[in-house]
Amino acid sequence: MVSMTESNPAGTSRYPQGGLAFPHRDLTGIAHLARHEILYLLDEAEQWLALNRQRHKRAEVLSGLTIINAFFENSTRTLLSFEIAGKRLGADVVNMHAATSSVKKGETLIDTAMTLNAMRADAIVIRHASSGAVQLIADKVDCPVLNAGDGSHEHPTQALLDALTIRHALGLAPGSDLNGLKVTICGDILHSRVARSNILSLTALGADVTVCAPPALMPAEIEAMGVRVSHDFDAALEGADVVMMLRLQLERMSGQFIPSPREYRHLYGLTLERFGKLPPNVLVMHPGPMNRGIEIDSQVADHPTRSLITRQVESGVAIRMACLDVLTRRARGVPGWAATEGAAA
Amino acid sequence: MTPRPLTITGGKLVLPTGAPQPGALRVAEGRIVALGDVSPEPGDEVLNAKGALVTPGLVDLGVFAIDKPAFHFGGITRAALMPDQGPPLDHPARVRFAAQSGKPDMWVHPLGAATRGLEGTELAEIALMRDAGAKAVATGRRWIGDSGVMLRLMSYCAMLGLVLVTHAEDAGIAGHAVATAGEMATRLGLPSAPAEAEALAVARDLALAELTGCHLHFRQVTTAAALDLVRSAKARGVKVTAGVTPAHFMLSDLELANFRTFCRLSPPLRSDADRQAVIAAIADGTIDVIASGHDPRGAEDKRLPFADAEPGMAGAETLLPLTLTLVRDGQIDLARAFTLLAGNPAALLGVKAGRLEVGLEADLALVEPERPWIVDRSKMAATAGNTPFDRRPVEGRVTALFKGGNRIA
Repeated sequence: MVSMTESNPAGTSRYPQGGLAFPHRDLTGIAHLARHEILYLLDEAEQWLALNRQRHKRAEVLSGLTIINAFFENSTRTLLSFEIAGKRLGADVVNMHAATSSVKKGETLIDTAMTLNAMRADAIVIRHASSGAVQLIADKVDCPVLNAGDGSHEHPTQALLDALTIRHALGLAPGSDLNGLKVTICGDILHSRVARSNILSLTALGADVTVCAPPALMPAEIEAMGVRVSHDFDAALEGADVVMMLRLQLERMSGQFIPSPREYRHLYGLTLERFGKLPPNVLVMHPGPMNRGIEIDSQVADHPTRSLITRQVESGVAIRMACLDVLTRRARGVPGWAATEGAAA
Repeated sequence: MTPRPLTITGGKLVLPTGAPQPGALRVAEGRIVALGDVSPEPGDEVLNAKGALVTPGLVDLGVFAIDKPAFHFGGITRAALMPDQGPPLDHPARVRFAAQSGKPDMWVHPLGAATRGLEGTELAEIALMRDAGAKAVATGRRWIGDSGVMLRLMSYCAMLGLVLVTHAEDAGIAGHAVATAGEMATRLGLPSAPAEAEALAVARDLALAELTGCHLHFRQVTTAAALDLVRSAKARGVKVTAGVTPAHFMLSDLELANFRTFCRLSPPLRSDADRQAVIAAIADGTIDVIASGHDPRGAEDKRLPFADAEPGMAGAETLLPLTLTLVRDGQIDLARAFTLLAGNPAALLGVKAGRLEVGLEADLALVEPERPWIVDRSKMAATAGNTPFDRRPVEGRVTALFKGGNRIA
């Protein structure tokens, strides 16, 4: 299964020097990242994982910077995770909720973006219900933009935190990829940005990915993204090292896509019974929030050693700290990351 | 105001068939009075075409806005206006107003709304609209989902002798889709529908056309499967014609990368295999009409996330040069290009125009078919620059345009 690449601490010559290690201004998706850039962000997150476990959880890396979390779609955990990440790095973090903003008054997305830009944000984190909305904003503002989920397109920090969680759960050293790991992703692949970002990230890191969903929830020609497709969950679980369950929106279970929640559970739920038949080393993940008793049984979700769900949340803060740190280095003038050097690349 | 008679000399006449003929063309009282080996008569205004093509003015079947500067740039002298206006062209008075709105230098042929408010449920006053100037009837941007309504509509249009222009996309499958199901839509996470949504709609409408004898015109047929259905229906003698815009023979859904909303079209861009099928259908005569689908859209409609943007492109200026690419590639000859752009759409609308023929309205263009230029959305004549062909080098430019013998550009 997993072949360990050589152990090597972050920050050494594994990566290109300075800003060349991560030459992108924004993090709009995994699709734009090379394997070594994904690994760089994972390795950078290691230090923050360690910091977050200390009593004093604060670094002043982003002191004086303003980060705006602009969430045009409801979110609890991702917003909180980004907010904590920014605050632990010493930044001033402001949250903008669409529900209480002028977006409801008909202001266009671009106008909102220009407004945030005029407020001199040093980084903007965006969640939006439409695919491509984050790229649209990124093209109009002067600061780094981080995608916290756009429609059914991408959710790159989720994929990064999942990869980091897997690496830790398997005891792999920094710098390691996931070569040969078998991951099965099951659920509403069609509407899932988590699935798309994870497919891109996991395949880039060398994992073998199988996606499993009923046909109505499987996007066309997804094989082209380098995954195997299955409609039979039991078959898709065979040989898996990691099972990643996705949330199924309740409104999609009432007859349009799926006859009923219990029928979905019958075919695609990670029930205690299915879990019991898996080899004891198989790990379970879920990006949350979960529909307990539907796509995943509580006893599985709460398994003390084989469920990684709370560890995903923990990795999330560290990954977001790493992304905020790395993406603001140019503006902060970190040696080797100055804008001119980046441009020369 | 009747201008002096005009003789255009030194051009190459693009006739309905055959290679362009060197010759002259004489216009008097707004009509073509002589063609070919013609000399100017005393008192004529004489224009030396200096080797340019003398072609019929383009007849653009199915535009969403009357945009004279763009039409004149593109050599379009007549445009059939889609009923999707605000409010819709579902009332005789609105049709009458629209029919007058372009004169004298541009003729607008309104397409009457097939159903009230284009809602697809109740028949509009089609005969009254015909008598007010509607040259055909159209279902608008949308497909009529209720087959019973469609059956009654077609039998009514058959009785009135009006062509029914339809949009062929099964709405149950298409839903809120903004892209064709496939790798690109999957990677971008865009709502998508299988290309078969078009073939399904075409199959139903063909069956009803066969039943009612209605002349059915699909404004755009963009997939191999639907084109096969049209091809075999034509072979059976069904009164059906089909159109397309250059977008569907020039571009495929690969253009959607980076969420380019100028490529958000209805129907959406298809696979490259379908694009090639469109070219083959133009070459073999299955497709009868190439139109611009002109639909200028400003930033408020286009500078949005892809799925939230309105569909449509500003196509009037690029219609001719992009169609000429098919001539250069050897798919069709020049005569056929202008049959697709002018002759066939004029015949569908029942207007005496669209070809160089003695007695017809002198709607003429002088075209330099190899003159190069670069499409630039910031410099377009259209009211908005939403072209998916921005920065594309093209060849073919209209250097003079006449409507009823009057020079308008």
